[in-house]
Amino acid sequence: MAYQDDIGLMAHLMRRAGFGAGRDELEARAAKGYEATVEELLHPETQPPVDAYTLLRYQPASLLPGGQPPMGNVNWLYYLVNTQRPLEEKMALFWHHVFATGNSKVDNYDQLLEQIELFREHGMGNYRELLSIVARNPTMIFWLDNQQNHGTAVNENWGRELLELFSLGASNYTEKDVRECSRAFTGWTFETKIPRAPYGRFPWKFEYRPEDHDDGEKEFLGYKGHFNGEDILDIIVQQPACGKFICRHLYNFFVADEPQVPAWPIEAPRDQKAIDTLVEAFRDSKFDMRSVLRVMFNSDFFKNARFQHVKSPAEVVVGTLRFVGGHEVPRPGYGELSMNTAYMGQDLLNPPSVEGWHTGKEWINSGSLMARINFMAEKVGDTSAPGVRSIIDRLKTRGSLSPAQLVDGCLDLLGPVEVNPDTKQQLLSQANEWGQISWSNGGSHAADQHVGQMLQLIVATREYQFA
Amino acid sequence: MATNDPCVVVLQLTGGNDYINTMIPYNNPLYRDNRPAVGIPDNNIIHLDSNYGIPDYMAPMKKFWDDKKLAVLHGVGFKDSPRSHFRAMDIWHTCEPEKVGTEGWLGRVAREFDPNKENVVQVVSMGPSLPRSLVAPGVPVACVAGPLERYGFLPQVQGNERAHVLDRFAKMYSPAIGSGPVMDYLSETAIDSLKGEDIIKVVPQKYSSTVQYPNSPIARKLKGIAQVHIGEIGTRIFYCDHSTFDTHAGQNPGHGNLWKAVSEGVEAFFADLREHNKADNIVMLMFSEFGRRVHDNGSGTDHGAGGVAFVLGEKVKGGHYGEMPSMKAEHLVQGDLDPNMDFRSVYSTILDKWLDLNPVPIVNGTFEKPAFLN
Repeated sequence: MAYQDDIGLMAHLMRRAGFGAGRDELEARAAKGYEATVEELLHPETQPPVDAYTLLRYQPASLLPGGQPPMGNVNWLYYLVNTQRPLEEKMALFWHHVFATGNSKVDNYDQLLEQIELFREHGMGNYRELLSIVARNPTMIFWLDNQQNHGTAVNENWGRELLELFSLGASNYTEKDVRECSRAFTGWTFETKIPRAPYGRFPWKFEYRPEDHDDGEKEFLGYKGHFNGEDILDIIVQQPACGKFICRHLYNFFVADEPQVPAWPIEAPRDQKAIDTLVEAFRDSKFDMRSVLRVMFNSDFFKNARFQHVKSPAEVVVGTLRFVGGHEVPRPGYGELSMNTAYMGQDLLNPPSVEGWHTGKEWINSGSLMARINFMAEKVGDTSAPGVRSIIDRLKTRGSLSPAQLVDGCLDLLGPVEVNPDTKQQLLSQANEWGQISWSNGGSHAADQHVGQMLQLIVATREYQFA
Repeated sequence: MATNDPCVVVLQLTGGNDYINTMIPYNNPLYRDNRPAVGIPDNNIIHLDSNYGIPDYMAPMKKFWDDKKLAVLHGVGFKDSPRSHFRAMDIWHTCEPEKVGTEGWLGRVAREFDPNKENVVQVVSMGPSLPRSLVAPGVPVACVAGPLERYGFLPQVQGNERAHVLDRFAKMYSPAIGSGPVMDYLSETAIDSLKGEDIIKVVPQKYSSTVQYPNSPIARKLKGIAQVHIGEIGTRIFYCDHSTFDTHAGQNPGHGNLWKAVSEGVEAFFADLREHNKADNIVMLMFSEFGRRVHDNGSGTDHGAGGVAFVLGEKVKGGHYGEMPSMKAEHLVQGDLDPNMDFRSVYSTILDKWLDLNPVPIVNGTFEKPAFLN
């Protein structure tokens, strides 16, 4: 029983802090212990980086993909599937949800990928520093038009979204604060782009132009002064609303689904005490994300939140590909593979707007449910895939299997997955139609097939849509 | 289901469409004063009448206007417009300006039409996400993300086995007691989609047309809607969107590219419907979550308040409804047009005059009903 508890908890941690794990990995991690695994995840530098040369060799166009999908998606998918630093990549995805920046306008995956690289590098570092980095990120500047925010003509786009979507949340500032905040960021721009033709794209570079900065006095959230952008960020992070907003994002992304962001000023968090705990860690550590994550993953509220979160399309696709294996090398076809999250409603590097994606239940509608189930069923039904073979090999060692043993074995090795009794009854009725299965006496092929079909049925269940 | 029941197509202009450059008050000197950078040059304005014009990139809309099939709803919005995309869109979708609503106005319409859920394809949305407008408990919505013919579960299972597997699937998704609202929602979505897929998948097989749609995402969506409508499967509410109208910078040519795609798509759509003699029972509503700031910011326009909505169709009484709110500085609210027509007025007319429903419980109140439909 202790083994099952440890494996179940480790599977939970890896689904949330990463993109899931197969049984071999779960056993190895469980042997090391839960807290040690959390520490390892929090210190990605202890694990080898992804081999970028293999990507270069197979998909050279994905290194500097320009504006056309899917090569930008190919690049990120390759990292997501191959990373041995799952939390680093998961945090990059988290910040991509928050600082949602998209190709629909940027028209430049080179720059979007550079932004993701920033999230990898600084995503578990200090939030105050990250804000500063994002404010200087040319991709963000272009996305929210700050290069058009001039001392003589204020453009509010960045100033507004910084407050509404990146730090405080609606209702924690006035229209005047938006204006003053925008003024403080005048002159924050990037070097003029060199035209594409005939040279191709050149990397963008941050530039501060003091002559375009409005150095007049500003009044922002009750403070007065000749503020520049950094002063604004200092004021923002000290606001109680800031910690609450960022920690609620963390909770929604890693622990359990919250209502959509616009409802936050009105609806209380589903676990106020959990948010308070995170906010305390955020404040005490002076906004160090690694410290907040450590508190979160080691907390009971996290450990007890199994299957309280509808998997995002990125979690579905990456989780499935990592689980079944065989997709490590970015062979031809990777482009189509990389678009699957978009079919499920999450076009990575191209969110529908600066608001990012609506999560939780809103991932699900008729078309997206079809897309996710069809994708997962196709992958786990391939009995030659290494991850599926590994399940078959483990089941094989148990000799011949009764219908109940087949169902329990598959549920266990695919998760462990917990299903309600009615669902289980359906799985059992299916297994009963096949009867006892065995790999001996020429039954090997049929037995393989039945395992594959059982896995297909399980990934198609309601329960499997949760992580 | 009668095949000439009135239907509604909503085309959402996501991001905040710039009212003033869409319906240009070209005689008003304040227009030039406020739009030094993004104003449309006089020779690029197509006059609709002595007051208003449209930019030339909206040229196809002129024909609808001339045929008196385009109603222009001026100054639409709501008081205390939040200037947040998120929140403003939510308000349009739910008709709840004061609290966060969970039900959409069209979801309520669908429930009125079909309380017993006899038709699971009554509402069709083109795109991978489900707009909140369409959400209501017990209301099925077919969200079609790709080509219609690929809509369906487990396409890899074919032949005799298919019916059996889908039956097992349906049983796994049958409602389970006490499993929670999200589980229930999953059940409902799966079961309804399962019923709907056979109906939707075959629609393209019955469709042929001489109309060539332009190659744009919105045209593809509109073509899908035309196919479903022409296929007569009882769909009454259609939804699609085009984005992003959030033209803070680079408004010219950005706004032009957006409207060119939309107006050409809409032109092809109505031509297609007319060719199939299926245009008479369609009304199309185009709206955006807010208009944009009156004074431009040097290369674009920031978030504003009052906006413009359009209603088009064979049965629409074309013309202006309401008037553009004053652009005089003393009448602006934080630099924005003060809305003078509640957005729920637009809905109320459509509900009352077109769909024959009592608008009050659907839009949460009584509002004026501009007479753009008989």
